[in-house]
Amino acid sequence: MSLDPRVNRIDLSKIGNEEQHTNSHLITWEVFHQEKKGKQVIHVGIVHASNPEMALVLAKEQFARRGATTNIWVAKTSDVYSFSYEDEDIFETTPSKEFREAGYYKVRDRIEAYQAKNHTV
Amino acid sequence: MYGNTHLTEEEAKRLNVTDEDPEKLAAFEAKIDRGEKIEPGEWMPKEYRKQLLRMIEQHAHSEIVGALPEGTWITRAPNFRRKLALIAKVQDEVGHGQMLYSAAETLGKTREEMLNDLMNGKSKYSNVFNYPANTWADIAVIGFLVDAAAIVNQTINSKGSYGPYCRALERICYEEAFHLKQGHDNFVYLATGTPHQRAMLQEAMNRWYRPLIHFFGPPDRNSKHSEKLMKWKVKLASNDAMRNQFLDMYVSKIQEVGITLPDPNLHKNADGIWEFSDPDWDEFKRVSGGDGPCNKERLEVRRYAEMAHRWVREALMNPSDKYKIPLA
Repeated sequence: MSLDPRVNRIDLSKIGNEEQHTNSHLITWEVFHQEKKGKQVIHVGIVHASNPEMALVLAKEQFARRGATTNIWVAKTSDVYSFSYEDEDIFETTPSKEFREAGYYKVRDRIEAYQAKNHTV
Repeated sequence: MYGNTHLTEEEAKRLNVTDEDPEKLAAFEAKIDRGEKIEPGEWMPKEYRKQLLRMIEQHAHSEIVGALPEGTWITRAPNFRRKLALIAKVQDEVGHGQMLYSAAETLGKTREEMLNDLMNGKSKYSNVFNYPANTWADIAVIGFLVDAAAIVNQTINSKGSYGPYCRALERICYEEAFHLKQGHDNFVYLATGTPHQRAMLQEAMNRWYRPLIHFFGPPDRNSKHSEKLMKWKVKLASNDAMRNQFLDMYVSKIQEVGITLPDPNLHKNADGIWEFSDPDWDEFKRVSGGDGPCNKERLEVRRYAEMAHRWVREALMNPSDKYKIPLA
């Protein structure tokens, strides 16, 4: 007898010794979570499911148990394309492209020099 | 919830021989030294992948097997509020298992293969779940102290080097904070309740003291924890260091409500190290080797779930679906 009433109801002595399956698993879905309207939709993990409806139900149970949620997206893992981390160096020069940043453009000195020279102040 | 695992001597030796490309290995180790995370799809040493997979897989198994002793009491919770909290906690544990299986899956083993290895005994789960929850007070001790021990372990591991595992652990630790608080609440209510409730809690505490000491694994002097695993940030603290941190944080919280620990030698030395009686490491070995009070039932329940629900999975499967390793 188990201490667990549920286990006693199951009657474990009736389990057969069936062979283990090795290729009967469902595919995975990447899950994206949006906390509230106006916020980004962010990748939070995966679920296993056979269709998008089931993936959404499981994603709700897994990733919307706490806090706020306004929406969840799912996409088949096999439908998501990405770069390889081996090619990470293609992004290396981005931080040095300061000319793309607002803070790079500083003309106050020139304006002040111009004004001093031309006595416009 | 999770207990620590340890390497056998042979495994530790194998870790220290490497046939990896020295250049790639150096770049990999430099990344880890800089505090960068490793992501799926990146190059990693074979032993890193293997040890990490083993660790995350065991952790995942511990979550779903760990739901069983507590699940025992859902139908007999003493009131509706406790029942709601216990159902929520057990659901969390199963959810943690799923998140961890996903993290392990990114290393190249399917969830089905992992569950098969759990059932055929090839992979293990935390030893603490081979003990029964005899009374409702056991649920208080598990919820408070087993979860507290798990949080010590998981908070440390969440600073590790593998991205998907760290992300899963951060989420898990956040949810476990509720488990610990509701367990403590339950513990304090029993400790400050009727003489009968206090006695019941004290008996449960006496039963769980030894499994709690065992929780973090064998002492460092017997455990070949590899320096390599530390260097690769797969393991971040030694078993003894984690056990000490746990005792430091929780012994006073047990004693402040007048519950005692069944060990006359338990005390903290001037150097901050806790001493305790020999907790019978042979028992730990015996139980983790399969000969514990609940090992058989735990695996049979898992096997039942697998067999009884197989037809549902098979009915849902699409033959045209192609499995791909999850991305993150």
